[in-house]
Amino acid sequence: MDNLIKSWAWLLGLILITFLSIAGCTKGQSNVEEGNIEGILHWGNGTDPQELDPHVVTGVPEHHILSALLEGLVAKDPKTLLPIPAVAKEWSISADKKTYIFKIRKSALWSNGDSLTAHDFVWSWWRALQPKLGNQYAYMLFPIENAESFARGKITDFSRVGVKALSADLLEVKLSNPTPYFLQLLDHYSMFPVHKKTIEKFGKAHERGTLWTRPGNFVGNGPFILKEWHLFRSIVVEKNLNYWDLKKVSLNGIKFHPIENVTTEERMFRMGQLHKTASVPIDKVKAYQKNNPNLIKIHPYLGSYFYRFNTKIPHLNDKRVRKALAMSINRQQLTDRVTKGGETPAFTFTPPDTFGYSARAAFEFNPKMARDLMREAGYPNGEGFPVTELLYNTSEGHRKIAVAIQQMWKKNLGINITLSNQDWKVYLDSVNNGSYAIARAGWIGDYVDPNTFLNMWVTDGGNNRTGWSDPYYDDLISQQAPVSLNKFDRYTIMAKAEAVLLENMPIIPIYIYNSKSLVHPSVKGIEPNILNYVLYKNIRLDSTLIEKEVD
Amino acid sequence: MFYFALRRLIQSVPVLIIVITATFFLVRAAPGGPFSAEKNVPPEVVKALEAQYKLDQPIWQQYTSYINDLIHGQFGPSFRYPGRTVNELIEAGLPVTAELALYAMLLAVFFGVSSGVYAGLRPNSIHDYLPMSLSMIGICVPSFLMGPLMVLFFGIYMEWLPISGWGNTPGDKILPTITLGLGYAAFISRLSRGGILEVMSKDYIRTARAKGLPARVIVFKHALRGGLIPVVAFLGPAFAGLLSGSFVVETIFQIPGLGRFYVQAAFNRDYTMILGTTIFFSTLIIVFNLLSDIVSVWLDPKLRDQYRHNK
Repeated sequence: MDNLIKSWAWLLGLILITFLSIAGCTKGQSNVEEGNIEGILHWGNGTDPQELDPHVVTGVPEHHILSALLEGLVAKDPKTLLPIPAVAKEWSISADKKTYIFKIRKSALWSNGDSLTAHDFVWSWWRALQPKLGNQYAYMLFPIENAESFARGKITDFSRVGVKALSADLLEVKLSNPTPYFLQLLDHYSMFPVHKKTIEKFGKAHERGTLWTRPGNFVGNGPFILKEWHLFRSIVVEKNLNYWDLKKVSLNGIKFHPIENVTTEERMFRMGQLHKTASVPIDKVKAYQKNNPNLIKIHPYLGSYFYRFNTKIPHLNDKRVRKALAMSINRQQLTDRVTKGGETPAFTFTPPDTFGYSARAAFEFNPKMARDLMREAGYPNGEGFPVTELLYNTSEGHRKIAVAIQQMWKKNLGINITLSNQDWKVYLDSVNNGSYAIARAGWIGDYVDPNTFLNMWVTDGGNNRTGWSDPYYDDLISQQAPVSLNKFDRYTIMAKAEAVLLENMPIIPIYIYNSKSLVHPSVKGIEPNILNYVLYKNIRLDSTLIEKEVD
Repeated sequence: MFYFALRRLIQSVPVLIIVITATFFLVRAAPGGPFSAEKNVPPEVVKALEAQYKLDQPIWQQYTSYINDLIHGQFGPSFRYPGRTVNELIEAGLPVTAELALYAMLLAVFFGVSSGVYAGLRPNSIHDYLPMSLSMIGICVPSFLMGPLMVLFFGIYMEWLPISGWGNTPGDKILPTITLGLGYAAFISRLSRGGILEVMSKDYIRTARAKGLPARVIVFKHALRGGLIPVVAFLGPAFAGLLSGSFVVETIFQIPGLGRFYVQAAFNRDYTMILGTTIFFSTLIIVFNLLSDIVSVWLDPKLRDQYRHNK
């Protein structure tokens, strides 16, 4: 029997020695150290991309990869977000602001060496609007004349759509209305050019998920080309030697790491596996701000966290009730003690200073006035107010906020709200079908303009989902604003509309999102902006900085 | 033995058909479709997408064409990853998950059996209480706590081991293996202790002792064979459980395995992926249960007799 114990002890020892010796070998260079020397940026990218076809995908992780692989007519200055030349060397806009002529630069090439022409854009946009393709972001092209009719299958003749190649290097785009944010849309992935020959080689133009997006097949026109795609491990892109602005590209490549768990991502950052994370765990924000303020980057993001009311429900159809509920939420307390990520309390729906547009706050935190409104509506001290359900999609963060707001309403108005959570897709179904009373929601702007926040509330708008409707509001947004030629006039119309929205309060603005990430000090050239917009060719890695600074 | 295995295999066919059919209709009955999103998807886009994935056909037609694909070994295209088939995704994730499960199983069997046998041979002494208390802790501490604790200690404080990835840096397989295997090791340890304890009081062991056989021979040749039957019976389902239940460990350690599909496909309403993974894991569970039954029969003369008579 003693032999048994001895052999067991021996084996245990052997395993320990193996374990420690492997452990001893692992102390190599970290990704960051190696990357800084080789010029490879290690980028935390949230999830694995669903696809790399710009006319099929819908998410932020896909956007990050596609902006490295493809380039639109116009890009943005990451500091100011103003349009800067990209594939188009220059452009002119007609006096009525409805016709754009883009001059494509001669040096613009595809990664396989083919030259990139105006015809490529015409074909790409034709593909993006193909009804059969099911492009969820086709609406980004809708400012173009007849684009919407074509995408909805109402017309089939693409020559009626306002995009035409005047020559190989001149592209004419006609819009239905002067759209001041049109240039901004041009570097959304749904407007990126795609390589016709490659797509047709692997399938039909309207086919989703063909093999053209695989490494080796993908032909792009961005600063990088797709080199490797290891499912759920990483995507590697390397410098595109045919890129027109090659001398400006400092990085030799980027490795995108799909890391869904924010805690894992933060640990990987701490171990020097990533240059930049996609997010920061909420409970780590304070510690970073205190101990490593140079590593954490927090800045406002073009998104609004809010609650929707179902105005079809009788007691919520009274705008006094809706206003009372909005006025009895202490947003400062909520962002300081519950969300704790440095979010901005919101008293308007459009985030403040959206390209010079700031709506005027039409309400404030005022429990007394809220109680008065409730009394007027027939619910003094909350008496007789029906038990109302607050719906949110299952998530710890949303639950905490809902619980805090439930308490505030109880305390300030004396009303009882029950909480209900549903799995994401069930929640979407409930909100779409109007089977809710009050529901959590979030909205991220597609471009920097109040229109992306305000046109959703028009009568029967696909994203309205509150049942609220106001003819004056519809007129301001759908009739007056689109034809306005002057930025100031247009913003005044928008501000009027937002005032109508906030007066009627079919939604309660809660806070403005912010974006949080951890960035290694060796990464230079990432500018904070409300779109989280990155121009990879501006990024460089300072190899003189070693990892010690992270500790 | 052959007939026994064959009969069990044939029995599993209706089970699989029921699983496939129930899953097929249940996922379609769940609220929320694969294409719903926070930003409204226009009806014409939904229509185009449904046409691409044949969701516009009558449900019975969808069912029969799915079964037809299945017979040809095709799980169909994933809804979530437009360019990938479910087969491709399973093929990408399976080797990683299988490797992780295998290492975890080896670790669990080695530590579980050795500590269980050690304790079972010295019942009610400190040599029994200590490993058994430890194993109770092992059973009770969930992997979502054990994983981060090990990452903190071995990865971040001691800097001995990498904390993420699979096969990227040497040693990155150690922490996930331990995290996944430890709970199973603890369970196996208690099973083997129980088994050994029971066997050691049997007449044939007493006979072996009376014959003056050395302790090593008694334990390894006679006691283990009978004492480990409960462990063997547990191993089949356990291995299937390791394969399908590695989700938590895969998330903690950023491992590109199969476990995550199983959970995420359901959240995404990725119909083909839910079906694909469910069918795949059901088959695995059936196969591993069958294997462990076969090994149990082979090890246990009593069971062997029983089946021989029943044939």
